[in-house]
Amino acid sequence: MQTASERLRAAFFPNLRWVLTKIERIAVPLLLVAVWEAFSRSGALPQALLPPPSAVLHALGDWMFGIDGSAQDYSGTWLRNALASTMRVAAGFAIAAALGIVLGTAIGWSRAIEATVEPTLQMLRPIPPVSWIPLAIIWFGIADRPAIFLVFLGAFFPVLMNTIHGVKAIDRNLIRAGAMMGASERQLLTDIVVPAALPSIFAGLRIAVGSAWMLTVTAEMVAVKSGVGYVLWDSYYFLRYDMVIAAMVSIGLLGFLSDYGIKLLMARVLRWQRTTVRRGA
Amino acid sequence: MAEIAIRNIVKTFTDRQRDQDVLAVDNVSLTIRDNDFVCLLGPSGCGKSTLLNMIAGFETPTSGRIEVAGQIVEKPGADRGVVFQQPTLMPWLTVAENVAFHLKLKGLGRAERRAQAQAFIDLVGLTGFEGHYPSELSGGMNQRVGIARALLMNPRVILMDEPFAALDAQTKIEMQEELVRIWERIRCTIVFVTHSVDEALVLGTRIAVMTRRPGRIREAFDFDLPRPRDVTSPAFNDAKRNVLGLIREEATRIRHAA
Repeated sequence: MQTASERLRAAFFPNLRWVLTKIERIAVPLLLVAVWEAFSRSGALPQALLPPPSAVLHALGDWMFGIDGSAQDYSGTWLRNALASTMRVAAGFAIAAALGIVLGTAIGWSRAIEATVEPTLQMLRPIPPVSWIPLAIIWFGIADRPAIFLVFLGAFFPVLMNTIHGVKAIDRNLIRAGAMMGASERQLLTDIVVPAALPSIFAGLRIAVGSAWMLTVTAEMVAVKSGVGYVLWDSYYFLRYDMVIAAMVSIGLLGFLSDYGIKLLMARVLRWQRTTVRRGA
Repeated sequence: MAEIAIRNIVKTFTDRQRDQDVLAVDNVSLTIRDNDFVCLLGPSGCGKSTLLNMIAGFETPTSGRIEVAGQIVEKPGADRGVVFQQPTLMPWLTVAENVAFHLKLKGLGRAERRAQAQAFIDLVGLTGFEGHYPSELSGGMNQRVGIARALLMNPRVILMDEPFAALDAQTKIEMQEELVRIWERIRCTIVFVTHSVDEALVLGTRIAVMTRRPGRIREAFDFDLPRPRDVTSPAFNDAKRNVLGLIREEATRIRHAA
């Protein structure tokens, strides 16, 4: 039974606990932004070198919605640039995910494929994807394709390694159970091995989407003439540090959203793993 | 009619670390009749699970041959249902989908699978849990799913590898009673591996006592104590004394030989 005071509190503050946890979560970021604003306005550094959050927000607002033209050439171009970057991430990531899962499953499943293919991949893996930039440019020119190639390189290995691990870690008896129920080798792969490896594959996909954004931005700084990374680098040349920071914020936001998208997909696909997924890992 | 014929089975494993061969099963022959409930009884590591895995087709004998219904066993197949020591269910599938997995592999549609699975879910007493995932059920309930999954294939033979070993004493007794009830209803051949003398005598119509490694059949005998079997009855105790005597005799023989 609730006491009268408890009922009263429940009526007036239905989500008191919820509000408290929200405050708990945003207190530190708010404080940091406030300190930054105060420091930036104090004049300890020229404001051009460390624009206050309010200026960054102003630049971002104009870049997004073209309010007063303060972002100059970029006024109102945010969506176009964000889409350009996102398309590159999506294309490179999709190719990497498809190839990484297929090849990773094959390597994890078959000793013969592992012996023939894996050493080559392990030799390529330590080469940082960014060091491919010169070759990417001479092979693919200055446009989307070198960026997609780099994104692919960065996203491929995390998916591959995690898929191999997931496939190799499968309980042998699960395979035996499948064979006992009359599964062909192809059915073992599609109906048992891949589903069983999915938690590990998703871990790889989440790492991969982070790499994908890192490499898109890098590629856009060097080899492409559009996208959020290009805006960031171009603003640096024009000493628009408010725009530089606005671009950084945008990249962070886009990266967060794509990771969130994968997390949502993961929660759907790995519904059976209730306890772990619900806590949001 | 001989449902399962085990002929001079020898199995050696290669211990790669020590570079030597280990003899796990030594010249085992056993004939199992249609509708027998055979308990392979033996201590841990005596090769009884290895023998079962060879009947299932998971492992191949070093020499000798196994025939099920006249067919030489070469690989696993749906004519031999296996219930594992751990439930070994697909954790991403619900109870109903796990039970019907065999039908999915055969390409049957969802509605048809669901309808066929229901009878077996009811049979093992899991009505109402069709949509649950294995992670939401207890060990005993998951083992019931494993049994339903094997039964659904309507196999000639069901092979069970200490399926109740990980359960608590009370659940174990319940499951043993249910298994006997199910076996009496559907009438199939069961080969049941256990290290528990009591379990073997509660369940089996035929008991094969195996020796410590290398595994041999010490003695195989029919056991037709009427059911329900009372574990405290004099007849049960006589049988138990007899089996324990065999095991003790074997231990003494080994000690003398050493």
